Amino acid sequence: MNIVLRELRAAGAFIERNFNLVKRYWKWELVFFVYTVANSVTMGFIGKGIENFSDSKVDVNYLILYMLIGSILWGYLSILFEIVAETVAWERWEETIEYTFMAPVSRATHLMSVCLFSIFYGLIRSALILLTVSWFFNLDLSNAQFLAAAGVLAVGSFSFIGLGMIAAILPLISPEKGVQVVHIFQALLLMFSGVYYEIEVLPVWMQNVAKLSPATYALQGMRKAILSGESFDRLGEYSIPLVFMGIVMLPLGIFVFSRMEIYAKKKGLLKRNG
Amino acid sequence: MISNDVNPETCIKALEVDNITKIFKKNKNKEIRAVDSVRFEIMKGEIFGVLGPNGSGKSTLIRMISTLLIPDSGNIRIFGMDSVREANKVRYMINRVSVEASFFKKLSAMENLLFTAGLYGISKNIAKKKLMDIFDIIKLDKKRIHDPLEDFSRGMQQKVAIARAFLTSPELLLLDEPTTGLDPRAKREVQALMEKVKSESNTTILLTTHDMEEADMLCSRVAIMHKGKIRVQGDSEHLKKSVPDREKDCTLEDVFMFYTGSSLSEEEAEEFQEVV
Repeated sequence: MNIVLRELRAAGAFIERNFNLVKRYWKWELVFFVYTVANSVTMGFIGKGIENFSDSKVDVNYLILYMLIGSILWGYLSILFEIVAETVAWERWEETIEYTFMAPVSRATHLMSVCLFSIFYGLIRSALILLTVSWFFNLDLSNAQFLAAAGVLAVGSFSFIGLGMIAAILPLISPEKGVQVVHIFQALLLMFSGVYYEIEVLPVWMQNVAKLSPATYALQGMRKAILSGESFDRLGEYSIPLVFMGIVMLPLGIFVFSRMEIYAKKKGLLKRNG
Repeated sequence: MISNDVNPETCIKALEVDNITKIFKKNKNKEIRAVDSVRFEIMKGEIFGVLGPNGSGKSTLIRMISTLLIPDSGNIRIFGMDSVREANKVRYMINRVSVEASFFKKLSAMENLLFTAGLYGISKNIAKKKLMDIFDIIKLDKKRIHDPLEDFSRGMQQKVAIARAFLTSPELLLLDEPTTGLDPRAKREVQALMEKVKSESNTTILLTTHDMEEADMLCSRVAIMHKGKIRVQGDSEHLKKSVPDREKDCTLEDVFMFYTGSSLSEEEAEEFQEVV
């Protein structure tokens, strides 16, 4: 059989399985959706309340959207990292991990297909959150270029996936605490990348780290698209670094995961009681 | 060590386990030799049993053959292919049924099985046709295949696990205590299924169990594994005859006691005390 066809069928199987799991756990999906909306609305109200802290006039609409974009990207990255990290953690919990890892499918296909699902699912979820949150605030979105923002997010996703794969090694080597450490990894990434602030407010050394983070460019590009109404073709200064980062980080993520899989197989970490 | 009747020169070697060792380091001072210099061969079409108490290294051995663990030393070849260097080719030839029927419990039996089919590159249409035949063989109620696995009894889940293994038509089937924890009826059904496979197909089976009767009934040859080492191997009749003063009514349990110095239940009680 054609190896490409086999790998495509395997990719389809991973994506369909994840959709089936979302379908079966829809009540929990709803709970986490409400949780993310609550977080985003809180950030929006922080933006709205800023005027009360000082006498100066601020553009409240701008500030609310600024905070919301940070919050929505946080939610998007959470979903992406969680799904990719759960490639290992969930399968370990269900005890299916050994069956998946002994199947004749390349790890690149395995990880890429889970990531593709997470991008698709994350984009839909983020759009729904933005729609829901908009209802709480009388936002002027007439100037916003949503497609350009989604484009920046999609381009940035390749490097996020690479980082997600590197993060996914944590539950592979530490069944007990790996998933929690993924959340710390995600929080650090966003702290350096200016999730609720401009990176210029950071100390110089942190600004230097921020330049290496794809989230910095994704946040800035999305804010330009939604707040300043820039079209995608005028966002090259953000999308081009994201493309280069994706080219480096995606293969790097697959490589690092594969090396750690070999380590886990040497140490007997795939199954705790192994 | 007792030699077996099968002449390796005239048969195709399905599995060659060549002096493999696996050591798990628990801390600086403690290491566990889970599998220690194990060596055996299985010919195509044979059912080979590995017997031993819990903790004897059977599952570690199966995991190394399944490409899920990398041996510290030695080689494993499946139909001539190295399990580490040619792992992906080997994976097409093997499948496994373990003591736990591991599935996505919220998904239905069919969803779980079609997921497996996809991973092995089998199209949905072919998989569905094949599964209908398998369900008939294993007597799985087709009305329930769209129910979540969490609603299935342990015995039914194990049948679905067997269906998952057969779906991929493995050349080498690894059965890791497939009847442990099943009620007598489910256990008998699973054993009957193994007998059917033995009589109707040319699938090679490696069965690990601590059920001596089961091994005696199904396996053409057995190896007794104890504390990571294979103490003896051969066909069960030869093994029984090798026990002094028990030639007439010797059982595999007697063989186990003779070669390990204790009964299987004593071994498991000892292990239990260590855990407590």
